[in-house]
Amino acid sequence: MTVLGCDVAVIGGGLHGLSAALHLARAGRRVLVLERSWVGRHASGATAAGVRTLGRDVAEVPISLEAMEMWHRIEAIVGDGCGFHADGQIRVAEFDSHWPDLLQREARMRALGYTHEEIVDAEELRRLVPALSPHCVGALVARRDGAADPHRTIAAFRRACEAAGVTIVEGCGVEAVERRGADWLLSTGARRFTAPVVVNAAGAWAGRLAAMLGDEIELGLKASMMIVTERLAPVLAPVVSVVGRALSFKQSDQGTLVIGGGLQGSADLDRQASRVDFATLARGARAAVDLFPVVGDVRIARCWTGIEAKTRDLLPVIGASPNQPGLFHVFGFSGHGFQLVPVVGAILCDLILEGGTQRPIAAFAPERLMPARAAA
Amino acid sequence: MSAVDLLVVGAGPAGMGAAIAARRHGLDVLVVDDQPAPGGQIWRAVETVAATSRGRRLGTAYQAGAKRAEAFRSCGATYEPGSQLWQVEPGQVEPGQIEGGFRAFLSREGRARSVRAKAVILATGAQERPVPFPGWTLPGVLTVGAAQILLKTADEVPEKPVWIAGSGPLPLLYMTQLLAAGGTIAGFLDTTPSGRLKAALPHLPGALAGLGKLAKGLGWTLALKRAGVPVIRHVTELAAAGEGRLQTLSYRTEDGSEGTVPAEVLLVHEGVVPSIHAALALGCAVEWRADQQCYAPKVDAWGEGSLAGVFVAGDGAGIGGAEAAELRGQLAGLKVAAKLGALSEAALAAEAQPLSRSLARELAPRPFLDALFAPRPQVFAPADETIVCRCEEIMAGDIRARAMVGRPGPNQLKAFTRAGMGPCQGRQCGYTIMHLLAAAQGRPVAELGFYRVRPPLKPVTLGELASLDETEAAS
Repeated sequence: MTVLGCDVAVIGGGLHGLSAALHLARAGRRVLVLERSWVGRHASGATAAGVRTLGRDVAEVPISLEAMEMWHRIEAIVGDGCGFHADGQIRVAEFDSHWPDLLQREARMRALGYTHEEIVDAEELRRLVPALSPHCVGALVARRDGAADPHRTIAAFRRACEAAGVTIVEGCGVEAVERRGADWLLSTGARRFTAPVVVNAAGAWAGRLAAMLGDEIELGLKASMMIVTERLAPVLAPVVSVVGRALSFKQSDQGTLVIGGGLQGSADLDRQASRVDFATLARGARAAVDLFPVVGDVRIARCWTGIEAKTRDLLPVIGASPNQPGLFHVFGFSGHGFQLVPVVGAILCDLILEGGTQRPIAAFAPERLMPARAAA
Repeated sequence: MSAVDLLVVGAGPAGMGAAIAARRHGLDVLVVDDQPAPGGQIWRAVETVAATSRGRRLGTAYQAGAKRAEAFRSCGATYEPGSQLWQVEPGQVEPGQIEGGFRAFLSREGRARSVRAKAVILATGAQERPVPFPGWTLPGVLTVGAAQILLKTADEVPEKPVWIAGSGPLPLLYMTQLLAAGGTIAGFLDTTPSGRLKAALPHLPGALAGLGKLAKGLGWTLALKRAGVPVIRHVTELAAAGEGRLQTLSYRTEDGSEGTVPAEVLLVHEGVVPSIHAALALGCAVEWRADQQCYAPKVDAWGEGSLAGVFVAGDGAGIGGAEAAELRGQLAGLKVAAKLGALSEAALAAEAQPLSRSLARELAPRPFLDALFAPRPQVFAPADETIVCRCEEIMAGDIRARAMVGRPGPNQLKAFTRAGMGPCQGRQCGYTIMHLLAAAQGRPVAELGFYRVRPPLKPVTLGELASLDETEAAS
């Protein structure tokens, strides 16, 4: 039986797996990406592809700002613009009662030395988003934020990986794992792969994979729902969210409206399937037509959910396994991982090649979600 | 949220038959249909048209629909025309609700609501098989079915002579109806390949039980001959061209002869395929029907699919025609009544027996007709520059170019190219894409499966979905 050997085996062909593979291959490593179905099948292909620093958890802000700098030169990194437009992200205060939330957030960010989030009044908000209902009172804005095209992004990362020498094996779910000396031996059907280093980038299934690899990590699930409408003439350029409601609203390059915001459908890990819950999704539609009255007659073309891992503190898991040498985890982005893709690949590369990173990632350590060791 | 015993989707022959049968045994039945009046496509507008001169011109088979509509109107089912069913899903067991069953989401007059039902009969009928060829998206090119609807509902007869291109009973029927209505036909490009009659002949003995149907087809052909309609046989390729709308039509036949003619209206038709999106969305298993070149839900003799409590009746379960559809609707309606305890097994068997016998008679000519009118191979292999996905304007060449990268299936290809992502949800491009992929990858089309169907089934508006939030909160 042939066994395919490499330096690093990345399990999971989503965007984070591809980004890690890309950075490692460019650093001269032989990298294999093992993907159970096809590249970008789940969360990466189902995302609204928001490129957002706005409103991030303070622990994520430094890497998110670096990622944003990378997005602004994404074509130089992956050879394609990924459909990224920096038309801003805007968090709207609909009523006066929402205003203090935004003011406090801005003050806190300034106190920490960050200036990328900016308060704008009703007049400036109207200038930025003329289609917005006039009852809104103001907003918090990150002007360099924006959104990309998820399918173009997946295609670009895939092509860049392959150009850098990454081997992508689709239709290849890892079924068994064992140690062979310093190597991991990964099996799927009749195929075998060995690598001294394994990256667990298995998204919603990463908790199960971690358990196979010897780490117990507490992990929940998300199945965020999305609505895409028919195409229409330009309505707005920035991505708009709103305080107190589950709404994210943007218009794609194709002219379709893409409406999300984290309303949850249901998901089934065993069947690799998720389902839209329309009674809940109706709240998203309600929010969309309340904020943008002009879209009431726009027809919905399709709705979907994607399956993704969610952590207790909604921060990702990025780091080396404390138990298993040669095992690295990258998953659990809890619905906001798309923007972090370029930088997290670089972080994995640091961790694997240098044994550490200058970037602040202590808050993402896998240990925080692992059971405490019994006292000796 | 309201609750009923049985939800029937569609008020054509199958839906009306199902509702009447179920009502006879006292079930609480809701029938929703997106048309403004009962009859489906076959008996469209029959209540107002049957007794008029237009009705007489459309023929006795059409006029017969009036009685069915009358019986349906008086059967006691709640009938909601102008309703769009945009999602139906298996229900969860919730306190105070009917156990299990289904939850359907509808919109009507701009308002959305949901309904619970113990059983669902999908009687959503068929759609014309899309026929991609260069220029098929030009104004002036439409389908025979669409033209026939205009004839039935509005007595609309094209002013200029029309070209008809295609194969099957519908073009023949439409042409005789059009002539009777005073229309003129520039010519009929018959796309039935040579040798089809020979291929169909082995099925003829079985078809004789449905002799009347075959005689009717022969009668249409003779009527066209008498009227002097020019017929060009064994047409393989079509191309429509024009600035902004159809101006010329080019064709090529099997023996290589070609022609280009001025044309203002071209009506095409290459048979019909079941509408399976609702069944797919519910998760019902479908199977490839090599005899009809389409997918159809797997159903038992009663029409029950792989998901218990979901029935598919009529052409949506495989093409059988209007009379068969009505019988299949009745059988499904009776079986639901029996499942819900309104009818004993013995009574069910007794009532079903004559229906099953009639159904067998109605379906007898199908293998003959399916073999005779099987779509020509060119329908599935359009030239590279032909648009195959109209919503996203994707050409056959784009699909062929991507077919070999990682050997994708239809759902991967959707992400790669956006084909099938538009508002029609693959109803127009589905089969063409499957065939292009299969040919490029050298595997049987039946192996590829179909698109995963994303909700909603109908393009409900944001405002309608938003209204559901209010109605749900109030109930």
